[in-house]
Amino acid sequence: MAKKTALYDKHIALGGKMVEFAGYALPVQYVGIIEEHRAVRNAAGLFDVSHMGEFLFKGKDAERALNFLLTNDIRGMRDGQGRYSIMPNESGGAVDDVIVGRESAEKFWVVVNAANREKDAAWVRAHLPEGDVAFFDLSDDIAQLALQGPQSETVLRRVMKEKDIPAKYYTFARDVQLGGHTVTVARTGYTGEDGFEVYCLNAIAGKVYDIIERAAREAGVEMLPCGLGARDTLRLEAGMPLYGHELAEDIPVDETGLGFAVKRGKEDFVGKAAIVAHTPEFCRVGARVRDRGIVREHCDIYCGNELVGQSTSGTFSPTLGCGIAMLRVRRDFADRSLEADVRGRRVALATVPLPFYTRPDKEK
Amino acid sequence: MKKYSETHEWLEIKDGVAYVGISRHAAQELGEIVFVQLPETGAAVSAGQPACEIESVKAVAEVNSPVDGTVTAVNTALEDAPELLSEDGDAWIFAVEPSSAAAGLMTEEEYKEFLG
Repeated sequence: MAKKTALYDKHIALGGKMVEFAGYALPVQYVGIIEEHRAVRNAAGLFDVSHMGEFLFKGKDAERALNFLLTNDIRGMRDGQGRYSIMPNESGGAVDDVIVGRESAEKFWVVVNAANREKDAAWVRAHLPEGDVAFFDLSDDIAQLALQGPQSETVLRRVMKEKDIPAKYYTFARDVQLGGHTVTVARTGYTGEDGFEVYCLNAIAGKVYDIIERAAREAGVEMLPCGLGARDTLRLEAGMPLYGHELAEDIPVDETGLGFAVKRGKEDFVGKAAIVAHTPEFCRVGARVRDRGIVREHCDIYCGNELVGQSTSGTFSPTLGCGIAMLRVRRDFADRSLEADVRGRRVALATVPLPFYTRPDKEK
Repeated sequence: MKKYSETHEWLEIKDGVAYVGISRHAAQELGEIVFVQLPETGAAVSAGQPACEIESVKAVAEVNSPVDGTVTAVNTALEDAPELLSEDGDAWIFAVEPSSAAAGLMTEEEYKEFLG
């Protein structure tokens, strides 16, 4: 049976349509995916992402150990800073993609995907270098709420001191007060909007959820509870990868379009030899459906009669009003005229730069 | 008078033409409908077999024809406004000229009972 997050009863009370995801019972939607999606783009949305995993690395050698386990260079981070990375395997594929947060020089948090949590923990235990570093998987004790959307900060300001709210994207504030409860707040997210991820102990998750809901009401922010459906359409519009789709054990990390998180010049790390020796054959591209239709994952992609790749994610974009997809195609076909095979029907695509959507205040 | 299939389509015969749509229950279960792949006019359809597809944000659903016959018309309004299927219980998807009488369909009351 699916595990329940600390907010399960809340989802039922709010009329969430529950599904099983990564072993957890979670809402795919409440009022509807498109409405929830728009709430996040225009105001704010509140997600239960307690299924995500939280790892802790402690000790004098924690930084060195993590730098060996990850593709990004995590040296030189400041306390309270976060950094995206891939955790590679020996053959240059991805065990997972993660966010590292440096609490102090000897204490690092790593947030991992729910579906990979046990695999990741086993991988870390098997590959953790010798030294003064202790590894803990605290996922079962920690709940996570994602408050996302342009008015997220307005909501938090009603229940947090301004100095406790992380000011910059990809920074976090540890053990700060939110409506009288101790939480950790990161200015991160998976929607392409400004927003926050709030970490707290399971025991207070329901209270924190209620406080944020009330704060939104009092601030006049039209915040909606949001489910996994909107989480997926939002991240797709933002061109963000999802493990198991754009990233996988057998997809070389240099074919994922995430080169900024792969520091091949740094000292030895897991998979380095394979990554450095590899010549990328495929790449990740964004595509819009030219006319009508929706291209979802696992559609074959053709250039004329030649099979040149597959779609890795795809959906209907509520913001653009058309089908969008991320493709994994052979590099020499990335700028050619492509079609998707949708259950036997050819659907013409236009390749477009990623992301599909950029939040208005970030456009130049 | 609409008649319903166990796969949640309805059939309504007007002037000898059988119109096909989906039940309120099906529309609600699917959520916001964002695309309808209409069948081709002239296509042969068979009772209980897929005739076309409708898609919500999250899922693809097949629409079965409740009757044997030939597609004589499609509701092209759904191309630009697929949400009509969610909003209007009378929105039809395609029309069929039946080649045999429809069988095994339920009245509205029977269908409600079927849904439980």
